[in-house]
Amino acid sequence: MEPEDQPLPGRGAARARQVADLVGPFLGLIVVVALFGAVAPEGFLSVFNAKTIATQTVIVGLAAIGATFIIRSGGIDLSVGSAIALASVVTALSMKAGHGELPSALLGVLAGAAVGAVNGGLITLLKLPPFIVTLGTLGAARGAAKWLGDEQKVDAPSGWLKQFMSKNPDLSGLPGFIRENVPDWLVLAPGVWLMGLSALTAAFLLRRTVFGTWTTAIGSNEPTARLCGVPVERTKFAIYVFAGAMAGLAGVLQFGRLTVGDPTTAMGKELDVIAAVVIGGASLSGGTGTILGAMIGAFLMATLANGCNLSGVPNFVQEILVGGIIVGAVTLDGIRHGRRAA
Amino acid sequence: MESGAVLRRRRPPRLQIKGVTKRFGGVHALRGVDLEADVGEVHALLGENGAGKSTLMKIVAGAQAPDSGDLWIDGAPFAPASPREARERGVAMIYQELNLCPHLSVLENVTLGRETSRLGVKRLDAARVRLDQVLRDLDVSSFTGDTLVSDLGPGDRQLVEIARALCLDATIIVFDEPTSSLSAPDVERLFRVTRRLVASGVTVLWISHFLDEVKAIGNRFTVLRDGETVGQGDVSETSTDEMVTTMAGRSVAEAYPRSSRIPGEVALAVQGLAGASGPREASFELRSGEILGVFGLVGAGRTEMLRSLYGLDPMTAGQLELRGEALRRPRPRRWVELGVGLLSEDRAREGVALDLSIAENITLSSVRRLANRVGAVTRQAKEAAAEPWRGRLSLRASSTGQPVRDLSGGNQQKVALARLLECGVDILLLDEPTRGIDVGARVEVYRLLDQLAAEGKAILMVSSHLPELLGTCDRIAVMHRGVLGPARPREDWTEDAALAAATGGTR
Repeated sequence: MEPEDQPLPGRGAARARQVADLVGPFLGLIVVVALFGAVAPEGFLSVFNAKTIATQTVIVGLAAIGATFIIRSGGIDLSVGSAIALASVVTALSMKAGHGELPSALLGVLAGAAVGAVNGGLITLLKLPPFIVTLGTLGAARGAAKWLGDEQKVDAPSGWLKQFMSKNPDLSGLPGFIRENVPDWLVLAPGVWLMGLSALTAAFLLRRTVFGTWTTAIGSNEPTARLCGVPVERTKFAIYVFAGAMAGLAGVLQFGRLTVGDPTTAMGKELDVIAAVVIGGASLSGGTGTILGAMIGAFLMATLANGCNLSGVPNFVQEILVGGIIVGAVTLDGIRHGRRAA
Repeated sequence: MESGAVLRRRRPPRLQIKGVTKRFGGVHALRGVDLEADVGEVHALLGENGAGKSTLMKIVAGAQAPDSGDLWIDGAPFAPASPREARERGVAMIYQELNLCPHLSVLENVTLGRETSRLGVKRLDAARVRLDQVLRDLDVSSFTGDTLVSDLGPGDRQLVEIARALCLDATIIVFDEPTSSLSAPDVERLFRVTRRLVASGVTVLWISHFLDEVKAIGNRFTVLRDGETVGQGDVSETSTDEMVTTMAGRSVAEAYPRSSRIPGEVALAVQGLAGASGPREASFELRSGEILGVFGLVGAGRTEMLRSLYGLDPMTAGQLELRGEALRRPRPRRWVELGVGLLSEDRAREGVALDLSIAENITLSSVRRLANRVGAVTRQAKEAAAEPWRGRLSLRASSTGQPVRDLSGGNQQKVALARLLECGVDILLLDEPTRGIDVGARVEVYRLLDQLAAEGKAILMVSSHLPELLGTCDRIAVMHRGVLGPARPREDWTEDAALAAATGGTR
């Protein structure tokens, strides 16, 4: 039916669309920045403030990396906030017991991965819907955090873990010639570098590895993936464990930021995480969603919060704005995909 | 040359099936099937809906095991325990609803589940070379390995599945109704590809309703009827009429009850209907006391026409007249009040509420009439209202309190019809009313429709099963690419003429 001379929809077209899929969230980000640039006090459009926003992105951003895999596979994870809290408490308890920074951080990541393993195990073994399972662990992991923390904040030495979220990190560990030549705008909180590195690794996982392809295949058409010999259950389990570990890492950094393990922290963060992924172009029906998109989404939300704070916009306005942006992003996406299907 | 021919005769057939039986509960799906398909032939498998074709194909694909009987591939016994095992023996299935992941590229789909990798990182270079070769062999130029499947139309998607089969070294490729959703040029291309396949020694099993298509592409054929092989032969030596007779095995009048109907006034007139979801131009007049059939291929826009008419999808143009009075586009609820009911093709989701009882389903649309003085509706009231329908429709159920989920497809459909009739509908719009119903129950649905028409109800019936339309309808109109043709008396239609109209007259 198509005219003969139509160009082949090949690699170029696929790449062009990947770019097009990110244009929306990126435009949204520019609009938000421009808006506050005009409205907010001068401090908003400064290098220092950009660094602040980047640091404020880290917790949601790290968790959104894992959530991108889950949403791309057609699942959902509501337990992210609780997993972050549990990981922060576990890290604090370990630091308090004198285990040192690295082992404590690893334990925190493992605590998050354990929540993910429970999620993945229940979803694949009992064939329960992810929404229900993670709604359960949303409560259970929060409860476990309170139990471990004896229902209060866990004070602990934070050691170099607090450097992760510091906007003026201690550079004394770096070789002298770097320390002296590094431009000021590159001195970001190490957590931001960690998030960037994680995002790059995750994007590679998603696009270049068998695991990433299977993740997409499951979200795109699960029966077909199974028919083609994809180990659907094993892959799903791995996805939830990975996402749990990313939430755990976010929890370790949350401990670094607060310098206490707080069982009540990150309440409701799961919705910010899902919002970041969805604003970044993912569909909750699976098969879509990119790491870069999720990062833009997380950054957009942090920018919004920061801009509102600086210009003295009350918190409730901010909440309404975030809600509107989520619905708007999904609507735009729906219109675009509707056109594509026609 | 002589010895070559002799040798070829002695070679065992590519696929041999002998005396295969299969029963599900009390139903004999297969009573004894024999089939022999040679290397490099297109073997057509014919039979009406419910003849056992799909059960047989599931056995060949390893999705189900036969109760008795034997299969061989190239002379070696073949008893696959799983679809994977069947695939490893070279059997590839290409189903009507295609099995692809739309978000992945062609190459990713073709290699899915058997990717070569190093440390988890995909290394698809060898697979890409192989795929490019296969696409060249198939003379495919409309897409490449990097194209996203969601960018492809149904014809191209089918070619992706064929390419996947070839990359898996399939020697037997089974096509299930391969042309039912294809445009005419895509069908031509599929024929060309199929000829290339068989020329390279692949055996193709071709399941289809379309006999002229079988005439065009098939070498030999096997006919199934009621789960048994009832005929085999060379396509070139058998006429379409002979095939039809073998498939039906009985005169059409027996299966399709028809009492005398007297068409009355025009109940519903539709002029120039167009809708956002597909229909471009549909006009018809539906009279009381008649059954008007709408035939068309899958994707022709028949369901969308009904949905637009009924206000489920947006209508963009068209005039409606109900019992002689002009009508502004009503919403579904208003239609019911006006006495017009729609039965969806998707029975499980839009026809009945599976978890509710028969009585609750039947009274669902008319429940407000059953309310007592304080506005409550008791179970007794619902069951009392539903009870008469049990006898009238010969519902096979112990009581009207039974959940609809426990009923057979045919009985579920009767419940759905009873719901419409209970709320006083006298114009029925039926979308594929016999889909997924076994042969016996179909006849009961036909009898019910005939009875309703004789009572003076106006019935519009959409179907892709041509014999049932020719058997039950008074007039038939054919839809092709969103345009509904003129309704003509069924005596004026032949199977060939209807198919030609449905495919745009290119066959």
